[in-house]
Amino acid sequence: MKLIAAMSGGVDSAVAAARAHEAGHDVIGVHLALSSNPQKYRSGARGCCTIEDSHDARRAADVIGIPFYIWDMAEEFHEGVVENFIAEYAAGRTPNPCLRCNEKIKFEAVLDRARAMGFDGVVTGHYAITREGEMGKTLHRAIDETKDQSYVLSVLTIEQIAGAIFPLGDTTKVDVRKEAKARGLYVANKPDSHDICFIPSGDNASWLHERLGRKVGPIVDQDGEQIGEHKGAYTYTIGQRKGLGLSVPTIDGSPRFVLKVEPMTNTVVVGPREDLAVSRMIGEKTVWCGLAVGPERNRGFVQIRAHGKPLPCTYYFENDALIAELDEPLLGLATGQQMAIYDGDRVVGSATICETQQ
Amino acid sequence: MPVYLDHAATTPMADVAIKAMTEQLAKLGNPSSLHVYGRDARKDLEGAREEIAVALDCHPTEIIFTASGTEANNTALKGLYWKGQAVGRNVVVISAIEHHAILDPAQWLKDHEGAEVIEIGVDSNGVIHLDELEDLISRRADEIAVISIMSANNETGVIQPIQKVAELAHSGSIPVHSDAVQSFGKEPLSFSQLGLTAMSVSAHKLGGPIGVGALVLRKGYDVPALLHGGGQERDIRSGTFNAPAIMAFAAAVKETFLDFADRNARVRRLRERLENGILECVPEAYVNGAKVERLPGIVNVTIPGTESETLLLLLDNEGIACSTGSACTAGVQRPSHVLLAMGHGERTARSSIRFSIGATTTESDVDLALHILPAVMERARMANLR
Repeated sequence: MKLIAAMSGGVDSAVAAARAHEAGHDVIGVHLALSSNPQKYRSGARGCCTIEDSHDARRAADVIGIPFYIWDMAEEFHEGVVENFIAEYAAGRTPNPCLRCNEKIKFEAVLDRARAMGFDGVVTGHYAITREGEMGKTLHRAIDETKDQSYVLSVLTIEQIAGAIFPLGDTTKVDVRKEAKARGLYVANKPDSHDICFIPSGDNASWLHERLGRKVGPIVDQDGEQIGEHKGAYTYTIGQRKGLGLSVPTIDGSPRFVLKVEPMTNTVVVGPREDLAVSRMIGEKTVWCGLAVGPERNRGFVQIRAHGKPLPCTYYFENDALIAELDEPLLGLATGQQMAIYDGDRVVGSATICETQQ
Repeated sequence: MPVYLDHAATTPMADVAIKAMTEQLAKLGNPSSLHVYGRDARKDLEGAREEIAVALDCHPTEIIFTASGTEANNTALKGLYWKGQAVGRNVVVISAIEHHAILDPAQWLKDHEGAEVIEIGVDSNGVIHLDELEDLISRRADEIAVISIMSANNETGVIQPIQKVAELAHSGSIPVHSDAVQSFGKEPLSFSQLGLTAMSVSAHKLGGPIGVGALVLRKGYDVPALLHGGGQERDIRSGTFNAPAIMAFAAAVKETFLDFADRNARVRRLRERLENGILECVPEAYVNGAKVERLPGIVNVTIPGTESETLLLLLDNEGIACSTGSACTAGVQRPSHVLLAMGHGERTARSSIRFSIGATTTESDVDLALHILPAVMERARMANLR
């Protein structure tokens, strides 16, 4: 096959590209320039697409022996990921930008472009497995549980999965690093990237303050009584306990948690821990990674964070909404998070949480 | 072997140059030494200098060897600026289409040395506005430290009227430098007749090795040095002579000028074959600078509805090596400042690529490129529509 290998400059995508090349595919390495004003160097584990990263990617491609190009996706990234991130926070939701990047950039902008140029698919260093079956190509968890990235890929449609190649799903991260070293790739010991790549400082709240302002608003209890003040409701996350700066203690001294963020009224609602409990979640903008699900009740698992635990649940699709009913209530679930449904290790589909119920 | 159509980036070393370099590498001697070994090396080196001086029609002592065209440009622009600054002149005049090896030192002079930089614009053919320059000189001749206009543009090949620039500058006693890196060996250049103060050339654009260039600097215009040390090259460029590279440079120059007219006529015919072929299979394509005099080997073509980075990838994949000719920022192709100055919008500037032909290009190279182009362009269009 003719493949585009998306190369971030990290160890995973380098080994993925090397494996695809070794398997006999005609591979071209592509580094995505996602910032129109890249930083020169990486600082620690944060950020990506610095000039240093693009150099690392190019060097890896040269060592592997494949052509290498840089694609400017800064505009697409800004519109599809960064602006979405800001808008979601402004609306009181908690988005996952990596998921949007996979959805809008790697497996939309890049895959579409690759296909139009006559390529068959896109290789990435994601830890996930695809399998050919009755439903066509389906998405599954990687064998390395600690690195499994099927959650951030759960937004891919069947067409997108059909064009995705994940050569690392059957390998542990430890072995990927060993293999990189054996292949003479100097990124073998490069630290993993964490956090949000477009906020290199790692200080999400300040970054959001700069863009959304610091509009002071009330922190209220469940009766609507003001017990504190905040500087921008959007910087609070459901379930958050620290940094509330409340002056009025509870009668029994028990801690209070953020229960709700209301951007329209710029209000943060706090309450006791037990009121965080969620046993039913409703998702919109559902994507199926295989056959669509109907109103019949299915048993499976739901995952709500990139490295969260799979939670046993009953799920179904009704009135354009994906619904998951948890066996055990969950504390602290924010709207805007993605709910990914699993049948065993297979990703069934996912949706953006728009409502939670006790 | 993939077809190489990027000779303006660098062109294969001539066999005579490889031979000259190899022979010199085996010889012992620092040309600055007084003993017999040094004398031998010095003799070779000065012979090479004279050879190059003949081709450039300058006096041998006017040649200052450097490590690159970029170094020659930096030495000339900064040096002439500092000379002017010492007598109260702080304006640097360049064109909007200069190579980054002029644009960036000019910007540096602005940021760090108090220079006022004025860019002369170009018309839609890519030729500088002489009237703009004339007007500027008539108003501010006393303030101008240096004028630097390239002799031919590296992206479009469009030849600039540098003799006229020198004439205009002469009336105001202003030193004129020209970046001739792209045109040396491709159009006749007589340093003495052009009336320039300084001119930059580079070996690897005409069959010499990478890592050697020269600044031709008129006698009496000695400039402050960038590199201080052993006092070589009129104390303007210290550093042990790179004799093997210089010998190879001279050998390549000698060979180029042996059949200068025939060689360039052949390159021009191949260029025309490629150009006509492209226009035939893509009727909406157009050649930048087509209406004016260009270097024989360069064709810069705009293919509406495509993106150059897509075209380059697909052509590379099909075994055709070419480029946009413009610099990239962190590997990302930016719209060419040259094409923007010619009146292009960002979109069409991003839809342009450069093919450049050299002495080793064959008819079958051109025909293979023409054979592959239609399908590549179609795909690039599809990718752009996505």
